[in-house]
Amino acid sequence: MINGILKKNFSIIVTIMLFLVLFIAGALTYKGFLNAQVFLNLFVDNAYLIIVAVGMTFVLISGGIDISVGSVVAFVCMFSADLLQKGWNPVVVMLLSLVIGTFGGYIMGYMIHYYGVQPFIATLAGQFLYRGICYVISTESISITDPTYSFIANYQIKLAPKMYVSISVIIALAMVLVTTIVLKYTKFGRNVYAIGGNEQSAGLMGLPVARIKIGVYALSGFCAALGGIVFSFYTLSGYGLQNIGLEMDAIASAVIGGTLLTGGVGTVIGSMFGVLIQGIIQTIIIFQGNLSSWWTKVAVAALLCLFVVLQRVIEARGQQVKQDKAVKAETVISK
Amino acid sequence: MNKLVRSRLFWPLMALIMLLIFNALFTKNFFSIQIIEGHLYGNVIDILKNVAPLALLAMGMTLVIATGGIDISVGSVVAISGAIACSIIDGRIGNFNNSLIAALTLALISGLLCGVWNGLLVAKVKIQPVVATLILMTAGRGIAQLITKGKIVTINSAPKVNEYYFIGAGYLFGIPFAVFIVLIVLVFILFFVKKTAFGLFLESLGTNNRSSHLAGIRVDKLKLITYVISGFMAALAGILISSNIKGADCNNAGLFIELDAILAVAIGGNSLNGGRFSITSSVVGTLVIQCLTTTVYALGVPPQIISLVKAIVIIAICLFQSNQFREAVFGRLMVSKKSKDLSAKKGAQIS
Repeated sequence: MINGILKKNFSIIVTIMLFLVLFIAGALTYKGFLNAQVFLNLFVDNAYLIIVAVGMTFVLISGGIDISVGSVVAFVCMFSADLLQKGWNPVVVMLLSLVIGTFGGYIMGYMIHYYGVQPFIATLAGQFLYRGICYVISTESISITDPTYSFIANYQIKLAPKMYVSISVIIALAMVLVTTIVLKYTKFGRNVYAIGGNEQSAGLMGLPVARIKIGVYALSGFCAALGGIVFSFYTLSGYGLQNIGLEMDAIASAVIGGTLLTGGVGTVIGSMFGVLIQGIIQTIIIFQGNLSSWWTKVAVAALLCLFVVLQRVIEARGQQVKQDKAVKAETVISK
Repeated sequence: MNKLVRSRLFWPLMALIMLLIFNALFTKNFFSIQIIEGHLYGNVIDILKNVAPLALLAMGMTLVIATGGIDISVGSVVAISGAIACSIIDGRIGNFNNSLIAALTLALISGLLCGVWNGLLVAKVKIQPVVATLILMTAGRGIAQLITKGKIVTINSAPKVNEYYFIGAGYLFGIPFAVFIVLIVLVFILFFVKKTAFGLFLESLGTNNRSSHLAGIRVDKLKLITYVISGFMAALAGILISSNIKGADCNNAGLFIELDAILAVAIGGNSLNGGRFSITSSVVGTLVIQCLTTTVYALGVPPQIISLVKAIVIIAICLFQSNQFREAVFGRLMVSKKSKDLSAKKGAQIS
């Protein structure tokens, strides 16, 4: 039984172990690392990335890819900053951002499914489009001075004395919880896995391929827009060059968390730990003091490499086991 | 008409011609070419000169995509090769006496090595191409920063700066030297693809990996070769880019150029799923992108808006290339018979 659970969740267990190892290594090496707030800051600083990675995980599991998310985040920040400056109601601005993000994802999904445009190209178009609109709004950085936004940004939820998380963290964790349940226990979630496993057989089984495929991109757009709102709490400004390359961070997180880019395999929790691992590498580099920030990229790339190779090994072993079983069955039959 | 529409070159050429017609009507002096100090100057020459790095990348990318792969690390390889070349010319690393030959050779070798790395991950370890090249894409700029020690290397005062500058920005017989490089590489690759079995093998393994393997094609080796070619092209493009600005900027050199290269391949009508491909139409695709950029500059629109224009063009071209879309909008008129049969079959399968 325990063996079964271990085998089934091997790659996510490796991810969590790696996170713990990095954390312990950091704690042993640097003074002050074992502060609860250092740990909580991993969530505070990466809440937006967790949310974006959640949406990305769905798309990757369905066998697609969405490289528009970084631009969506930048667009939402820019768009909200601009409207808030003009005195719009903050709640309306947030809702409008979510609607636009979801609708944008829907359109991309529609193009991908009905017009056979490759996901990479369709979302590339989305990336350019959102980034372009950012510059149409303004080429300068706009700061957000709206009291509601400032309040949410500065509000600290005290867990204990000298320990707090921001509202963004609660939003991120809620998203992870809800999407985990959706992915595991709802029809939609199971169908996403089925389509990622084999789209044609999913279609032949009578699953609503069109609805799910488009839904996945709409969900990713929604998550990216929500991530954008959370990011605008984090920076309280909008700027057209923000979050260039965020989509690659999100994809890297998902892969480190055990999602296969060929589709059909992956979990939201894994992606969250993928984000946290990137966060902890960053923290270690900050604590170390004299390494530049681009070392983070090199370290993340090394981890990425490690994980994909590991996944390949697991996969190859799985195939070997299957083959052995088949051979055994054959010999039994021939006897 | 049908044959024309079905040709891979048709849509990218149409897009290019439309852009040129637009420019003829709305942009002043777009086609005027002047001779200043024996060099040709003008928007058209500018397009040819600036398209060079992208055209090189797109050629390599076409081969990779033909096998069903993708190489998103080329932008980082551009940064690495530029960093190596400039550091050597400036005498910052190694003991090469600011030698131009050493700089070029080592920069190109670095590209080959990056290609081998990508190729091994994809062909031998069997990692999905996007992830495999994502590793180098993420790490590459860091590696380039390691080479330049985090600085922007400028070579203005290096002894061989003029020779190096000539590669990317010089003129031979009044025409930009970079254009000659692209033409030579293009002829060489076309020869390689058309006159040897290489091209055929690529199309075969892009269409069906497994049956190609069963037919005796050495799939792994071929895949590896395409990534090595792509890495080499990226290194060459890196040299052109860094020589054009007389320096290596690890953060911005070739940033997002991989997206443009992939876009060019897609505009060229090549399927990103692999199979049939055409190098020439990819190069026409790069011309479309560069022409678009130059048009935006010539019109005096803020340059940042270029990405908006690009997005609209991608969407338009993708939709026009999609048979389903043409059928939905124009009816049966514009759809070739073959693809109609195909989509009918598809429909039958799904229902």
